[in-house]
Amino acid sequence: MKLKSNKLYKIASLLAMGVTSLLHAEEYPTAEVNTTGLAVTDDTVTVGQLHSITGTMAISETGSVEAERLAIEQINAMGGVLGRQIKVIQEDGASDWPTFAEKSKKLIIQDKVACVFGCWTSASRKAVLPIFEKENNMLYYPTFYEGLEDSKNVIYTGQEATQQIIYGLDWAYETLGTRTFYLIGSDYIWPRTSMKIARNHIERVLKAKDPKCKVVGEEYYPLGHTNFRSLINKVKLKKPDLMFTAVVGGSNVAWYKQLTSAGVTSDKYNMLTISTTEDEVLGIGGENCEGFYSSMKYFQSIDTEDNKAFVKAFKERWGEDSVVGDVTQAAYLGPWLWKKTVEKAGSFDIDKIAAASSGIEFSNAPEGYVRIHDTNHHLWSKSKIGKFLKNGQFEIVSTSDELIEPNPYPEGYQ
Amino acid sequence: MTTNSLKQPGGGLLDRLFSGRSSILSYTVLAIILFLVLPNLLSAFRLNMAGKYLCYAFACIGLVLCWGHAGILSLGQGLFFGIGGYSMAMFLKLEASDPESTSIQSTPGIPDFMDWNQVTELPWFWYPYKSFPLTVALILTLPVIISCILCFFYFKGRVTGVVFAIITQSMVACSWYFIVGNQGYFGGINGITDLKTLNGWDIRTESAQKILYFVTCICLFGCLFLSKWVLSTRLGRVLAAQRDKEERVRFSGYNLTSFRVFIFAFAALLASIGGALFTLQVGFMSPNLIGVVPSIDLIIYTAVGGRLCTVGAVYGALLINTAKTMFSEAYPTVWVFIYGALFILIVLALPKGLAGVWTDHVRLWIRSLLKLDSPAKPKKIKSQTT
Amino acid sequence: MFAEYSFEEIKSILIMQSFGGLSLLCIYVLMGLGLYVVFGQMGVINMAHAEFLVIGSYTMCLASKFVVDHMPTFINHYLWIAIPLSFGVAFLVGWIVEWLLISRLYKRPLDTLLATWGLSLIMQQCFRTFIGAREMSATLPDWLMGSWAPTDTIDIPINGLVILATTIILTTGLVIFTRKTRWGLRMRSTSQNRDMSQALGINTKVTDRFTFALACGISGIGGAFLTTVASTSPTAGTAYIVDAFLVLVLGGLGSLFGLVISAGFLALLSSILEFFMTGSMAKVWLYLIIFIVLAKFTKGLFSSKVRT
Repeated sequence: MKLKSNKLYKIASLLAMGVTSLLHAEEYPTAEVNTTGLAVTDDTVTVGQLHSITGTMAISETGSVEAERLAIEQINAMGGVLGRQIKVIQEDGASDWPTFAEKSKKLIIQDKVACVFGCWTSASRKAVLPIFEKENNMLYYPTFYEGLEDSKNVIYTGQEATQQIIYGLDWAYETLGTRTFYLIGSDYIWPRTSMKIARNHIERVLKAKDPKCKVVGEEYYPLGHTNFRSLINKVKLKKPDLMFTAVVGGSNVAWYKQLTSAGVTSDKYNMLTISTTEDEVLGIGGENCEGFYSSMKYFQSIDTEDNKAFVKAFKERWGEDSVVGDVTQAAYLGPWLWKKTVEKAGSFDIDKIAAASSGIEFSNAPEGYVRIHDTNHHLWSKSKIGKFLKNGQFEIVSTSDELIEPNPYPEGYQ
Repeated sequence: MTTNSLKQPGGGLLDRLFSGRSSILSYTVLAIILFLVLPNLLSAFRLNMAGKYLCYAFACIGLVLCWGHAGILSLGQGLFFGIGGYSMAMFLKLEASDPESTSIQSTPGIPDFMDWNQVTELPWFWYPYKSFPLTVALILTLPVIISCILCFFYFKGRVTGVVFAIITQSMVACSWYFIVGNQGYFGGINGITDLKTLNGWDIRTESAQKILYFVTCICLFGCLFLSKWVLSTRLGRVLAAQRDKEERVRFSGYNLTSFRVFIFAFAALLASIGGALFTLQVGFMSPNLIGVVPSIDLIIYTAVGGRLCTVGAVYGALLINTAKTMFSEAYPTVWVFIYGALFILIVLALPKGLAGVWTDHVRLWIRSLLKLDSPAKPKKIKSQTT
Repeated sequence: MFAEYSFEEIKSILIMQSFGGLSLLCIYVLMGLGLYVVFGQMGVINMAHAEFLVIGSYTMCLASKFVVDHMPTFINHYLWIAIPLSFGVAFLVGWIVEWLLISRLYKRPLDTLLATWGLSLIMQQCFRTFIGAREMSATLPDWLMGSWAPTDTIDIPINGLVILATTIILTTGLVIFTRKTRWGLRMRSTSQNRDMSQALGINTKVTDRFTFALACGISGIGGAFLTTVASTSPTAGTAYIVDAFLVLVLGGLGSLFGLVISAGFLALLSSILEFFMTGSMAKVWLYLIIFIVLAKFTKGLFSSKVRT
């Protein structure tokens, strides 16, 4: 146990080198840093963690739970936030949105946590959002999501839809020479909004470049659906240049396995997905998606010192077999961004944190330099295109030159 | 001498109280707990949670009538809970989506999720929900109409037992897919969120939630009395008779279809009222409550409370949910094991639930303490066969 | 919608679509087979049925993981051990479950429904605690992957063919087993007249236990093959359970022929519906049509003539 925390300490200090100096609690008396009655004492600060650890969504949310834990342990090993050790109260959303609402109330009202790291699906975020706004607390939300939202009380550490989609589509247009698109998604708000943006981009922007660009089909299947044979036949009939997909959860596995078995493989068809990370490939099996592409802001194979240290720390903490996907990494950013914001604001007060969040930088993030936008609570980040490899990892084939601006209310895409 | 004098004046009342013929005791105790103990004991946040659990109790009372007394197991009560909940949510959502607060949308004045899904006009079936009286009327009539349509042909064709249970389960699954597939009209997986006011009254404040809690309790008692009355009529006796000896009741000249349809529709109505109150207290409605799993959860609340006892159902809903909340705060994974084991335990050891523990053991024990005559042992619950 | 395609294309799509429907039929039969055996034999509705499928899937996944880690040369042949293993594990768990739980609940179908639901929650949490919450995948031998292309435009999935073969083998095997063997005779006699069989010296308790375990074992094999088309996770079973029960009810609860026909009906219907509308609404219409059919044929399409 001791050994482990020593190691964590080393890695954490490596990560934070040159960014923060050790801060001491005495310099920040509790009465000053906490004027609104949050659970902050002279040497601890309590935060909440709200994910599903039971129920169907536990499959996806486990990675986020682990990453947030790792970040918090690393921060504690470095001396905590404003000299205070972080204590975590973990609650289980049980894959049920009313439960998420209930538990978030409990964390905020009863436990008076300083902030909450949590939620995964759009539905769970929508369920807790009114509570965070009314009770005034902070949520660090890790998942790539549909946009159309910008709450003062949420920091979105994943990409919003336009960041992920437009770069991916432009890349497919330029590099793969894609002209016809088939849009496929699970039936809920994120895929539907994403496809709306994609269709808009294809029919407006790409069509202006080449009039042959068009959407040849758009399909949605309920979450948990496991029979895609009819859809695959429809795809075969339309023969699109690219399948643009946002299939999530257990459906993902069925989708890829049935594609392979129906002969829809990367040598005959192209696919660009915005929903499949290393986590999902564990269940799918690398051989079933080899050669397709994924548009994300993070892949485990990113070749930087910061990322290697992060992946190593993650594997040491959670087992050699564990993998890190896009959302897991975004979840890892949450506690660090919070720490930096608190230190900039010199306070745990929610209003001060909300105000201080603009422009917070994290230059040693595993994905590379990120910064919170000045006018909204999303991150500037670089989009990347990865090619699925047989071993479940990705080969990064393209990275955007510039940081892409987050734009939750994209003009012209509504 | 002394025992005699004790028995004469006080014994009559006590005898009545602990006899099982009168339900005054159980109603009084429940009223004291709901109206006095809980509001004074719990913080506003916990009281709101208790209010939420009581909403499930409405559906459970319906299940006591329909499953316990009439022998019709419905695995689809979530559907009717959802009808009430969604009706209320649609009304509140329209109120929350006035043109000023939705001015950022491309079509102001319609609910936000419609705007996200390229719906540019309020669909026709949303118009009734602009009026509060119409909404209440729909909460009360819609479940009755739908349940009658759904079950009439099956009861007419003498579908009961397992087959009917499975059909109702598929119905609830079907309605889940319907909500999810019509994202632009019903909010899809997200449900209808961010509800704020009821006729201008902010339902999110602590005082409002306290008032809503008491409203829920009053409605609950209304439903308890109503179901007690239904059971005390001849209809109640026919239902119990057909549960135990279907053929004999048929040969006595009763048309069982209408009895069964009535009780099923009545249970649906209760569930719908619960759903409407649920939306008011929780502030949103989600398709999660119209799922296969929550519908079976309702069954276990009922079974724990006692499938033949309406008051027991209320305790069942309260206790199980409290336990779930307490355990999941500390040991969420352990809770699932306990919860699963509870199903098995109730079926194997306590088919009459907590109510059975009271009537068969605790009450007899109290009677022996008070030296009252023991009444005849209550009959064992009839095991149901196909 | 077909105007722009050639006759050849439409023909191939039609063939592939029919094969897709056939595979779905097989999946429904694989799911329903165990349910049918248990209900027919002892009037028990097993809500934990899907978890026995998942046991089979996990056995397959763990076996493949073991083979990949320790003896990678075996990867093309391990199936022949993994499938009997899936059967064995599910059989064993079924045996224990029958002994501890089901044997106390005969002829109380509504109660078994609740008790087995509790069991399914416990089993799901066991998978989550002891195996892991994340999804797993079995590494399949190369010959099982990909498709067989008789012409340029037709691709027939090989795993679909394997599932088809498995379904046929299992179903005929079950028929032969119940008709031709001693155990089958005991099973049939117990299901027809329990008391009389007991009086004639048949140990009905052991027969029941064996039947239940056999049904679980069959589900285990079904689960092992489901890894080739879908995911393996603690709650994977819940996706099948509603459909599996509907197939059983529509088939008339206790008729093997009815089971196959109703599975075919559902598969055909959903293949057609899914081709013309989005997935969610196809499901809604599928259920609605079944409700209407059931309202007309309240005893299912083929009800068994034997009353127990």
